[in-house]
Amino acid sequence: MSPAKPRMNQLQPHERITAAIRATTSAGRTALVPYITAGYPQKDQFIATLKAIAGEADVVEVGVPFSDPMADGVTIQRASHAAIASGVSLRWILKELTAAAPFDAPIVLMSYLNPLLNLGYEQLAAACVPAGVCGFIVPDLPLEESADFVAALDARGLALIQLVTPATPPERLKTLCTASRGFVYAVTVAGITGGAKELPPEVPAYLERVRALTKLPVCAGFGVRRAEQVRNLAPHTDGVIVGSALVEHLEAGKDPVEFLRELRAAP
Amino acid sequence: MQAELIAPAERAGLLKRLVAGELPDARGRFGPFGGRYAPETLIPALERLEAGLRRFLGDPDFQAELGRELREWVGRPTALSHAPTLSRRWGANVYLKREDLAHTGAHKINNALGQALLAKRLGAQRVIAETGAGQHGVATAAACARVGIPCIVYMGAVDVQRQAPNVERMVQLGAEVVPVKGGDRTLRAAIDEAFRDWVSDPNGSYYLLGSAVGPHPYPLLVRELQSVIGREARAQFIERTGGLPDAVFACVGGGSNAIGLFHPLVGDASIELIGVEAGGRSAKLGDNAATLATGRPGVLHGTYSMLLQDEEGQVQETHSISAGLDYPGVGPEHALLRAIGRVTYVSATDDEALDALRECCSSEGILPAIESSHAFAGARQWAVRNPGKTILIGLSGRGDKDMPTLSQVFGGARKILAEAGQ
Repeated sequence: MSPAKPRMNQLQPHERITAAIRATTSAGRTALVPYITAGYPQKDQFIATLKAIAGEADVVEVGVPFSDPMADGVTIQRASHAAIASGVSLRWILKELTAAAPFDAPIVLMSYLNPLLNLGYEQLAAACVPAGVCGFIVPDLPLEESADFVAALDARGLALIQLVTPATPPERLKTLCTASRGFVYAVTVAGITGGAKELPPEVPAYLERVRALTKLPVCAGFGVRRAEQVRNLAPHTDGVIVGSALVEHLEAGKDPVEFLRELRAAP
Repeated sequence: MQAELIAPAERAGLLKRLVAGELPDARGRFGPFGGRYAPETLIPALERLEAGLRRFLGDPDFQAELGRELREWVGRPTALSHAPTLSRRWGANVYLKREDLAHTGAHKINNALGQALLAKRLGAQRVIAETGAGQHGVATAAACARVGIPCIVYMGAVDVQRQAPNVERMVQLGAEVVPVKGGDRTLRAAIDEAFRDWVSDPNGSYYLLGSAVGPHPYPLLVRELQSVIGREARAQFIERTGGLPDAVFACVGGGSNAIGLFHPLVGDASIELIGVEAGGRSAKLGDNAATLATGRPGVLHGTYSMLLQDEEGQVQETHSISAGLDYPGVGPEHALLRAIGRVTYVSATDDEALDALRECCSSEGILPAIESSHAFAGARQWAVRNPGKTILIGLSGRGDKDMPTLSQVFGGARKILAEAGQ
């Protein structure tokens, strides 16, 4: 279990995300933000898997499957299509979460825009609070297009977590860091999720650049698979996001908590 | 039925702005439609592309080179052909804008050449493209060979099968063709995969998108490069007949040939503009690709436009006999033109398109692409209801690439082949 968590109830949902990561970093450890595609590999195991992972993680990303996941590699594509085929939808996810809340860690929904747009921003934001959802990561919603969605989220204290990339120019990096809530998602490599075998050598310097621009925690994601990588990133980041590697672990029928503990064990 | 997407009071103003060249606006919007819904990794690349477009499309040197290549290599202007037999049969005066005569056999070359020249100017080391029917892939392969940039083409595995002749053409033209086996294995999956490639190398690669879809500035860029169709047709029509047509027809998948033909005519209030979508097997969701007729607004491939989707916002699989129209989205400018009532969108079924293809072959000695045949089917239905009118049809491409499908459906050569083999 993570170290003593602060009293979360008085906090806004977006502050809960930040506080959960800070609680771990102030104990001298790197926060762990695992990703799972909702209802994959088994729809009926969604809540059980999520509860187990939330017991070990600091924040959990729950993936809303989409038919055209254009920022994702083969693993999450496969997971998304299988989840849709088994009847997983945004409405189903919110219903399941609401029935099972609260969780030991704040939940963040990772979704492409269209399912969110389709449900309606107001209705979605209202449904998040009882479901334990504290924020969103939306890979195809750049800052310039996000005003309507942010207005609906702000009204409920929910986060829209901004992504920054190594290709982001300095001025834009500053703007994105300022706009972000919860944490700043630092994409480590240009590319799709689960793609990179090794992280490029310039990642530490890039992460330090991002950290210098924000008071929020910075979490590094894309291509993080092994304890050794977590260890190397640890001095330069507040948290790591692990997606495809965890999904592959679940596909293989292995215990996700064990895998997260291995990543954590990095001294 | 669909909710009203744009209030009646705003429609005339939006049409005026469109005609005045003010749309898309600075944010890439055509009224409510369009925009730039792209992953953060691509935002700097899209901004560079937009800056390049603004710099070069108005640049006299670029225009001179593009104009020369369009003339000498593509073979523009393409002909405006009178269709005497169709005219007699339909009780109309029918003209065809012959994009089938353009180099590589379809309108796609106008855009591919323009963007390849732009990619060269922007210093791209490689070009990425997607293709459905294979016409955009062939055009891109040819343009990249001409300009001297390597190119890689993503094509859905289903389309590789049904448009096999074009795969061989791309390979001969030096392109690397990658069959896409994920997703729905058609155009939509090919676009997904092309974006994934581009996200991995946004600085060195140029994504040469083939339709009037995608994040801003693609719908603008593709329209500007395809508008040569409508500009030529308008001038040729006036020269030939002393007037303008009563009605103009084009097939609509993503909508690049249609926007190229319609955009320069949108300001001519007397012309009725009609887009013909793929009605597929039936009007049921999943059986067609009639996005404007039955879709709802949504975001796919970087743009907010009409979209075929289910009640959970998942993009719907589509069906059309024509690979080039088999797409669940449509360009944002078409969404605007429909919402303000300037263009009417109808659909033609697979069977109606095939009938129209045969009629055009036997009447005029022209084999249109199955895509373009949808425009003929729509025009014929309209002509019967509106006798004595002058009609222009955008013949967007030739049907040579459709031989595998036509052999399967009609089997015209089967008996002859069997006889020859005896």
